[in-house]
Amino acid sequence: MAEKVRFVIERQDSPNDKPYTQEFDVEYRPGLNVVASLMEIQKNPVTVDGKKVPPVVWECNCLEKVCGACMMVINGKAQQACCALVDNLKKPIKLQPARTFPVIRDLLIDRTRMFEALKRIQGWVELDGSWENREAPIQNPYTARTAYEISRCMTCGCCLEACPNVGPQSDFIGPAPTVQAYLFNLHPLGKFDKPKRLNVLMEKGGITSCGNSQNCVEVCPKSIKLTTYLAQLNRDVNIQALKNIFDN
Amino acid sequence: MAKELTKKQIIIVGGGISGLLATIKVCEMGGEVLLFSYCPVKRSHSLCAQGGMNACMDTKGEHDSIYEHFDDTVYGGDFLADQLAVKGMVEAAPKLIKMLDRMGVTFTRTPEGNLDLRNFGGQKNKRTCFSGSTTGQQILYALDEQVRRWEVKGSVKKYEFWEFVKIIKNREGICRGIVAQSMNTMEIKSFRADTVILATGGPGQVFGRCTASTICNGSAVSAVYQQGAEIANPEFIQIHPTAIPGSDKNRLMSEACRGEGGRVWVYKDGKPWYFLEEMYPAYGNLVPRDVASRAIYKVCVHMGLGINGENRVYLDLSHIDGDYLLRKLGGILEMYSEFVGQDPRKVPMEIFPSVHYSMGGIWVDRQHFTNIPGLMASGECDYQYHGANRLGANSLLSAAYSGTVSGPEAMKWARSGKNGSELTDDEMEAARREVQNEYDKILQMNGSENAHKLHHEMGDLMYKYVAIERDNNGLDACLVELKKLLKRWDDIGVTDRGNVANQEAMFVRQLRNMILYAMVITKGARCRDESRGAHAKIVLENGQQKHDKDGELVFMGRDDKNFMFTTIVNYDPKTEDPIVTYREFEHSLIKPRARNYAVAKKE
Repeated sequence: MAEKVRFVIERQDSPNDKPYTQEFDVEYRPGLNVVASLMEIQKNPVTVDGKKVPPVVWECNCLEKVCGACMMVINGKAQQACCALVDNLKKPIKLQPARTFPVIRDLLIDRTRMFEALKRIQGWVELDGSWENREAPIQNPYTARTAYEISRCMTCGCCLEACPNVGPQSDFIGPAPTVQAYLFNLHPLGKFDKPKRLNVLMEKGGITSCGNSQNCVEVCPKSIKLTTYLAQLNRDVNIQALKNIFDN
Repeated sequence: MAKELTKKQIIIVGGGISGLLATIKVCEMGGEVLLFSYCPVKRSHSLCAQGGMNACMDTKGEHDSIYEHFDDTVYGGDFLADQLAVKGMVEAAPKLIKMLDRMGVTFTRTPEGNLDLRNFGGQKNKRTCFSGSTTGQQILYALDEQVRRWEVKGSVKKYEFWEFVKIIKNREGICRGIVAQSMNTMEIKSFRADTVILATGGPGQVFGRCTASTICNGSAVSAVYQQGAEIANPEFIQIHPTAIPGSDKNRLMSEACRGEGGRVWVYKDGKPWYFLEEMYPAYGNLVPRDVASRAIYKVCVHMGLGINGENRVYLDLSHIDGDYLLRKLGGILEMYSEFVGQDPRKVPMEIFPSVHYSMGGIWVDRQHFTNIPGLMASGECDYQYHGANRLGANSLLSAAYSGTVSGPEAMKWARSGKNGSELTDDEMEAARREVQNEYDKILQMNGSENAHKLHHEMGDLMYKYVAIERDNNGLDACLVELKKLLKRWDDIGVTDRGNVANQEAMFVRQLRNMILYAMVITKGARCRDESRGAHAKIVLENGQQKHDKDGELVFMGRDDKNFMFTTIVNYDPKTEDPIVTYREFEHSLIKPRARNYAVAKKE
């Protein structure tokens, strides 16, 4: 008989129900990851006690670690399930929803707050329009490289889940959306609105809510140097605060 | 322009690159958009496009021209693409790149600060703009940001985690709305619109394991097909030559690997054999995808030369400078290391072809209207621009370009006064009720089949009979098997009868649509008795696959006289069978010529 991998999964039937756990066995194969395991459970949703149950609900799309959908807490650490290889995980493997966010069902969570935060920091370039008007400005290739690093953020929410300052006790919008402000401040057209973004970050829930615990940079699946850019933003916000005083 | 009393309301289904660009265009013209998506639009499948986007920027001193891009696309598509449509696209390409650059797409730059360009398959000049190896992600994000800006201004209302189920026609037969279902609360609702655009992407999941995201199931396309929309050229399914085979999905290894100098080889007689370079001296490793896939398949399956006898060949970057690779291909090299556990900068990658893209899709005219008035299609879900085979890095281009066409055209249609009467409350409720009844029936299904297992079987069938090499015996067998699957669908047992995020019930509904679309692909392939682009058909002799005197399989040739036509598939509501006919298309600009990548292209 083939080797089995045991999964202990924290489930919850609806946003208001109480969580409970169920255990499932999945047949091992080389290269097996957590999403592939959940897919196997879908094909035969029977617990280790032989009970037929509704299949586990979770979110996934690309399975290549670019879409950010399948973030969950695996053995206590927030990460993407698609690239969490069973070989690298301690057994039994424990799956939980990222409870920093409201749970909809099982491992499925509601990350609306992250997209709302992107509105707040005005994460876009103010274009006159998508029609042709002139050549795009030249960009310093080194700055562009930094921008690319930050722009790979897939809004997965690992950093919010790991951050001790994101939660009911604080208004902090979280590391990922905050650092996105830095991205748009780098762009030759985006920087026109730099003061607006910095002023937003001065408000409640902005950069001052960051406690510099450095957890975010540890868990970022894209290895974005979040703390570096948070520090840089902090400096920019302070300079802006002084400017605000003298310009008034 | 006179001020409108009420704003025109456009429904756009799908928030990938095409849907988002259409959204922006509609907003700029003063319309309102209801944007439906399976997921937050920022997680749409466009972000899986890696290598880049083609546009004639001619910044590398190669005297590249728009005409050359035009000719490469038509020639690469084996002369089955509408040439006027392609011409419009390649002409717009450089302008689209400049617009995306202004929006903040983080394109990779040259030391001088210009946009860098790389090589791609089927093109001799450097023409591909890129952001490292995650170009689709970067373009999608920039558009997502612009749409968010319109959302803040109140022009866009997003319905994320809502599934499109079907369109609603008014009494004149014009599409004036849709029925959709919340994937979290399971609420089913009807929505009114002046125009509806589908931008729902490709049907990769019909093949089970492929390079597409799990959400690319073609279900929406199948739904409108069953409501009378014509499907065009569905048999042309692109098999990407270089993917990492996996049990949950085949992960794409961008063509950019070959574009940056990657070489494909296997051992033969104990020595590396660079078979693409030997078979196709003019283009070498940069032959188009259909050509490379067939060669790899032949080397593994027919010659038995795959790595350790398995269906794998080497894709080798290890001779290229590591820092250079990191800068140009970092994202995907990291992915390979993560999923396979080896560093492609040190050891050759192991890859095999995988289903990747559908050239075919909903038939549209050059303005992106389908044959159903008021319904448009845009992006991979339409059939335009790629003919029988798509060139690498033309997909981001066609996704973007089609959005810039469909958006404004949707507004023109909405203002034309031709879209007839608005849906009445009764019509809205009747459509909602119908979908509700179908859904309630699914919740009651208590047969013995598991929907996910059926899906797996369907994928195996499609790979066996309708992938790289096809023959009429196999295609006939596949149609019979698919009909059986459709019957077995009735015997599915649903374990989840809940009313919160019931993914199982939704999947059961999608699966039926997928089986019907699998039949469309297979029937299209069965009827086309020639080889063209991605569609390669083996000659049968006395009911057996024919071999020549050297033991090589004999393929049908391209048959312009009988098959240089667009395949059109209609749904027969009585039998549920696809009905195939052929239609003329515009190909007057470039005369068809034989496609041969062993020698340099002659215009």
